[in-house]
Amino acid sequence: MNITTFIIVSVIKTALVLFVLLTAVAYTVWLERKVVGHMQNRWGPTRVGPFGLLQPAADGIKFLFKEDLTPPHVYKPLYIAAPMLAVIFAVTSIAVIPFGNWFSVGNFRTPFQITDVNIGLLVVLGITSLGVYGVALSGWSSNSKYSLLGGLRASAQMVSYEIALGLSLVGVLILAGTFSLRGIVEAQAGHFWGFIPNWFIFRGGQFVAFFIYLTAAYAETNRIPFDLPEAETELVAGYHTEYSAMKFAMFFMAEYANMITVACLASLLFLGGWSGPLFGPSWLQQLLPLLWFFLRVFGFLFVYIWVRGTLPRFRYDQLMAFGWKFLLPLAIANLVVTALVVVLKP
Amino acid sequence: MLHLILFSVFGLVCVGGAVNLLLQRHPINSALSLVVVMGALAVEFLLLGAEFVAAIQVIVYAGAVMVLFVFVIMLLNAGEEERTSGSRVAWLLGIPAVLAGMVIVCWALLARSNAGVAAIGALPGHPADIAQLLFHQFLLPFEVTSVLVLIAIMGAVVLAARPESVERTKREG
Repeated sequence: MNITTFIIVSVIKTALVLFVLLTAVAYTVWLERKVVGHMQNRWGPTRVGPFGLLQPAADGIKFLFKEDLTPPHVYKPLYIAAPMLAVIFAVTSIAVIPFGNWFSVGNFRTPFQITDVNIGLLVVLGITSLGVYGVALSGWSSNSKYSLLGGLRASAQMVSYEIALGLSLVGVLILAGTFSLRGIVEAQAGHFWGFIPNWFIFRGGQFVAFFIYLTAAYAETNRIPFDLPEAETELVAGYHTEYSAMKFAMFFMAEYANMITVACLASLLFLGGWSGPLFGPSWLQQLLPLLWFFLRVFGFLFVYIWVRGTLPRFRYDQLMAFGWKFLLPLAIANLVVTALVVVLKP
Repeated sequence: MLHLILFSVFGLVCVGGAVNLLLQRHPINSALSLVVVMGALAVEFLLLGAEFVAAIQVIVYAGAVMVLFVFVIMLLNAGEEERTSGSRVAWLLGIPAVLAGMVIVCWALLARSNAGVAAIGALPGHPADIAQLLFHQFLLPFEVTSVLVLIAIMGAVVLAARPESVERTKREG
């Protein structure tokens, strides 16, 4: 592939993935309102379009045309930069996520992924670890007590749970022997005992790692039951109290984009990525992996919303104790056991 | 060629961030400049082919250490610093000393004919290579460093624990 085709293909893929991601973000909001609504015996959005399906578009237009208030007491440069940082870091990590196998037409062949790097997992972890700046800086620059408390809580919580999250993935890395997300998915091909798929969730006690990852990821994305940074009953809206219109929408988009990244990563690392039955003509065989991947991601997003509709919020000391005294030791134990299993296995 | 251009650009970003760190009067702006320096350094590592080091640079320094810096600045609510013109000794001795230091470093690098040039991909980039170095060749220093970190953590706990909270812990067992 020469450089011109490379650039054209990359631009097209980036635009496509960005479009799909932002649409998915909008419709995850719709899904959440709908599902939580039904869980609470309400209808959720119904007025705009059939089943309220045009609600995200209406919300988008509303956010764009609302008055963009900037309170007089804020520290302006960071107040404006913070939501942008949040949304940039949330969207960037999708660049290394693979969605399916290879796409080929004639001689042309490209993976369903913007770029495959051999440290893919570390790139995702690195970018998500930078995401805390958006939240922390918005809390500080708003110059209001609720925002500051929310920002402080968010940075403490995200730094704490990042350790358990990172450690829970080491077991998978030991079993797969690579940082490349595509390589990790390929390491999960096939079956054992004839019928159980070779997914990491079933192998070497990684079910524990899966539990730790999912819990820590909920805390990383500031979702219920770990949504203390924006606990509305005590902090109004936490770190985005002083934001309105599109700037507020950016925080919203960042949160849902992060949820989607977490769902993608959980599917890739523990549930075999895009593996599934392939049948039919060759074009269908190329596109089916996308469907299987999408179904897994949808499942994880549904669980996210289900948890939100079910669990109450933690108290702050419970949150810290849970992270440091339960999840972290469990992650270390899981790591040691996995390493022993791999070393002792003939 | 593209590598060289990118390398120079991010080198300039790195130096610019470092200078900005010194010039800013607000602690939080200085801390964020340091984040920019860390990020630019990570890109330089990436361009030299040390992907793993680049990723760790971002995760550890930009993503964890600097977040704690910002956290502390937020917690203390540190205000703007006053700008002073500095002492005359600092002006007379500091700038020549910095220049002399730079000259010595440049001379030491350029005096050896092959030390001034690092080819792209010359650094051990693959995680397996780094693991070999850490867990075989430098196993003892690696483990000693972990003990050192443990001692530092214990020291911090001892220093930070106020006497009354220690008393309470003793009473309550």
